[in-house]
Amino acid sequence: MTHPFQSFSILVPQRNLLLGVGFSLMLTACGPSSSTGQKLTLTGSSTVAPLIGEIAKRYEAEHPGVRIDVQTGGSSRGLADASQGLADIGMISRGLKAEEEGEFQGFVIAKDGIGLIVHADNPVEAISDRQVVEIYKGEVDAWQAIGGTDAPITVVNKAEGRSTLELFLKYFELENSEVQADVVIGDNQQGIKTVAGNPDALGYVSIGAAEYDIAQGSPIKLLPVDSVAATTETVQDGSFPLSRPLTLVVTEPPTGLTQDFINFAQSEQVHDIVRAQNFVPVSGSLARVQPEPATTAN
Amino acid sequence: MAAIAATLLLWIACFVVAEAWPAIAQVGINSFVADASWNPTEGLYNLWPMLVGTLLVSLGAVSLAIPFGLGSAVFCQFYAPPLIANLYRRLIELLAGIPSVVYGFWGLVTLVPLIGRLHPPGPSLLAGIIILALMILPTIALTADASFEQVPPSYRQGTEALGFSRWGTVWRVMVPAARSGLGTGVVLATGRALGETMAVLMVCGNVVQVPDSLFAPVRTLTANIALEMAYALDLHRSALFVSGVVLLALVAGLIAAAEVLFGREGVP
Repeated sequence: MTHPFQSFSILVPQRNLLLGVGFSLMLTACGPSSSTGQKLTLTGSSTVAPLIGEIAKRYEAEHPGVRIDVQTGGSSRGLADASQGLADIGMISRGLKAEEEGEFQGFVIAKDGIGLIVHADNPVEAISDRQVVEIYKGEVDAWQAIGGTDAPITVVNKAEGRSTLELFLKYFELENSEVQADVVIGDNQQGIKTVAGNPDALGYVSIGAAEYDIAQGSPIKLLPVDSVAATTETVQDGSFPLSRPLTLVVTEPPTGLTQDFINFAQSEQVHDIVRAQNFVPVSGSLARVQPEPATTAN
Repeated sequence: MAAIAATLLLWIACFVVAEAWPAIAQVGINSFVADASWNPTEGLYNLWPMLVGTLLVSLGAVSLAIPFGLGSAVFCQFYAPPLIANLYRRLIELLAGIPSVVYGFWGLVTLVPLIGRLHPPGPSLLAGIIILALMILPTIALTADASFEQVPPSYRQGTEALGFSRWGTVWRVMVPAARSGLGTGVVLATGRALGETMAVLMVCGNVVQVPDSLFAPVRTLTANIALEMAYALDLHRSALFVSGVVLLALVAGLIAAAEVLFGREGVP
């Protein structure tokens, strides 16, 4: 009765938490004698944590003796822990705000973009932001009203607590209690299967996941948002509006292990992990164009 | 061994209650049935529609599975030639061994679009009932088959000697004689239906509402936990454990009811 995608993510934060406690106990017990055992603690966003968890695993494999402890708790915890020194690095699923840039330095490791999807047979090629809001509030409930077929719209929404939902609601300035959904889904795969099986559905999923499934032959298509095509390229160059940077934050200019890990997390060596988690890597050319402390949010 | 199992079970129950406690203490038990909706990130925690969803899906599935399960056991025991009966039994056992996520996937890509064509949107109470009925059918069929097997052969010989028709033998003698075993099968199946998560999550649509028709989407308590636990923090997480407590209470209630109904009589 476990879900192939979910069981993993259900367990991960907990396990890491326990591991974290375990490790800190071990290290305290060993004391100064374990001089080779270096440790790095990251806390924060539950969106970034699974990605960093995978990156940390690879980093640990390449650097024996280094322990990286990843804990979730939300972006606000990431900032608070980094600020108080409880964590070496904080993880946030957004850019730094202007007032935060004095205290923190941010390093973008990947971007997350969300695209609206409909069935490939749906004649609608574009939906304005205002129409999306009206559809999700239930004020418009037929495709005919926006130039489609004479069919009711099946509104696909995400389950509470998901970061995709959060970003979607924030961009369209909706409250989740206002949304009149016909189907509520968990992960991207379920969303794609639901829309692929229903010619009248409108949903939204991570662009990376949608592009992968379209390439695999799923009968869905991505709609532009605010007239910008939804592709990994537009997410990468920052022109796609419904996206956000996944950022690592530190208070001091990073040195030693912290600096090495941040460099590793931004390097091309982890791009396969970033893509596997349906995020968009900040490409090599872009990373070069940007000044090293890439603090600017969009 | 029994003691270990019992301790473990008790420990799990205590853990679930302990995790649920912050939400019960801070939000108050009243909120879980009286709030306007289920939007934990906005501080609204109404579990009632999901409790109704769980009950409707499970009861629907059980009432659909009982006639088919019982019918298949009767066919196996009293009508089919031994060779076909054995073959049929293997088939049902195979059905019991298919993982729930496979049923769910089949439901999502085949059954849901089919229902969607009949009455949009597709993911619905009906889809959940059909998928769950398919999943618990083997449990009912196999336990019914086994409990018919347990009825002493003399009963059947007796009815035949008295000139009962086969139909009369089955319905007037065998079913009442195997009543306790049949009841146990139904309880087991209901338990599985209440606890089933993945398949239901994939086909039911998961909208938090008391459904107004068979074609309306519903969310069950189990689906609620699976959908939201991965990203839930603080009170939201605790509220999900309250869903778990409610589910636990539901199953405990079911078992208690079964004890009262079938527990006292042994298999003849």
